[in-house]
Amino acid sequence: MKIENIINEIESVDSEIYQRLDGRRSAMKNFAKFFGKFALASLPIAFGSMLNKAYGSPTGTTDAITDVLNFALTLEYIESEFYKKGYDAGVAGTLAIPAGAPMGAIKTIRDHEIAHVAFLKTAITSLGGTPVAFTAASFDFTAKGTFPTVFTDYGLFLAVAQTFEDTGVRAYKGQAGNLISNNDVLTAALNIHSVEARHASHIRQMRKTNGGLVPAGVNVKPWITLNQSGIGSSAVQASYDGEEATTQAGVNIVNIGGFTISPSAASEGFDEPLTKEQVVAIVTPFFA
Amino acid sequence: MPTKNSSDRELVAVAEVNIKNLSRRNFLGYLGGASALLLTAAACKKDDNPTSNSGTDLGSGDVGILNYAYALEQIEAAFYTKVFESPYSGITASESALLGDIRDHEVAHREFFKAALAAGAIPALELDFSSINFSSRDSVLGTAKAFEDLGVSAYNGAGKLIASADYLLLAGKIVSVEARHAAYIRDLIMPGTFADGLDANGLDMSRSPSEVFAIAGTYVKTKLNISNLPTS
Repeated sequence: MKIENIINEIESVDSEIYQRLDGRRSAMKNFAKFFGKFALASLPIAFGSMLNKAYGSPTGTTDAITDVLNFALTLEYIESEFYKKGYDAGVAGTLAIPAGAPMGAIKTIRDHEIAHVAFLKTAITSLGGTPVAFTAASFDFTAKGTFPTVFTDYGLFLAVAQTFEDTGVRAYKGQAGNLISNNDVLTAALNIHSVEARHASHIRQMRKTNGGLVPAGVNVKPWITLNQSGIGSSAVQASYDGEEATTQAGVNIVNIGGFTISPSAASEGFDEPLTKEQVVAIVTPFFA
Repeated sequence: MPTKNSSDRELVAVAEVNIKNLSRRNFLGYLGGASALLLTAAACKKDDNPTSNSGTDLGSGDVGILNYAYALEQIEAAFYTKVFESPYSGITASESALLGDIRDHEVAHREFFKAALAAGAIPALELDFSSINFSSRDSVLGTAKAFEDLGVSAYNGAGKLIASADYLLLAGKIVSVEARHAAYIRDLIMPGTFADGLDANGLDMSRSPSEVFAIAGTYVKTKLNISNLPTS
């Protein structure tokens, strides 16, 4: 067990590893000495729990759970403020959302996101936590000028909406394990997670109909094919990287069991999680 | 692992052979302690007590929940396979293509659980789709909607019953795809109904295994014993 080599590997990509672990490089020497007294078999477990402490919030505590819920609440604020502004622009006629089904769908999704904000605020408060608070002024949906016409170009509006929904699905999925100790909160989070996936499916169908920002030859489907965004902008790619997975828990899904399952279908059949850090990096440009 | 008699030893041997199968071994390695659970499930298949064995036992713990998911995916995969083999009248090219995608996803889910459970998997279920008119768009899409919404609610309700964070993530990877299907099928029936049926908080539904089988039972001939599934 070359534990110091592992630490060195991590240090090569994360120079703060020692600070994360104990704040002092010397702590690692103590760690190595400590391990010298124990059987090899116990090393990976102890090392794993040490890394979990360094990189993850402590699981199972109310603090950790309200942290996850505040993270979710932040994402719901982004979505609700985005759809509020988009819907209002549609009503004002400055954003060309077609009347009828498309306006109805944006209103429906907006209302769900507003309901999610209210629900999460109540949940956090009932757990003794303090909900984060944002307003319309907290956000810059042009993403610092990357999407300057997001509220005047319907195709772009839908593309950003799709990215938010697909990212939201991946974000909730990535946090489920952190809620495993609280059945009620976990179930509620799962019940929001699947709604975000329903939204994503519908927005994708709206994009297929509208065709704006859909690259030539790309068929936008209700599900995610490989790591394809179906959006002609590299700015959204981080929300799709990793979705191309075709192996699940060590099982290859392509042509599994002798059935014809293409790599595309294998990737579509399973949505992939994002870590909190990945999601934060994706949404940071949308804060004013 | 201690065994009581020769038939138990045989079952354990079968399970061990399966675990040596490469893809399955990878899976078990990934899930760590699950291999012991699977061996236990295999060894306990021949139960000495026949009264606890009325119907196919899905099992207990996380293995039971994986078998529960495997049972649901068997229903969905068989249904869409039939839909694709005998398309309803008036099916469009777009509908045919996307229903074909859904069939592939459901077959992939079914085969994944079968491979993952290995010796712990329940047998293939005997299904009964006689109540479905496969030539009718209304009948097929109405059934598809029921299956997809049921699947979403089943996975949402199963989350809290899962002990392993790895299994919970796997369930999460699948449930959002079921929700994408559900929204698409609902929109095919009536545009804009992709998320009808949420509660006032904008939350989707979750159902317990007994609630799920009360609905799915119509389509399953095999008698299932769900009494050993976790309840919290």
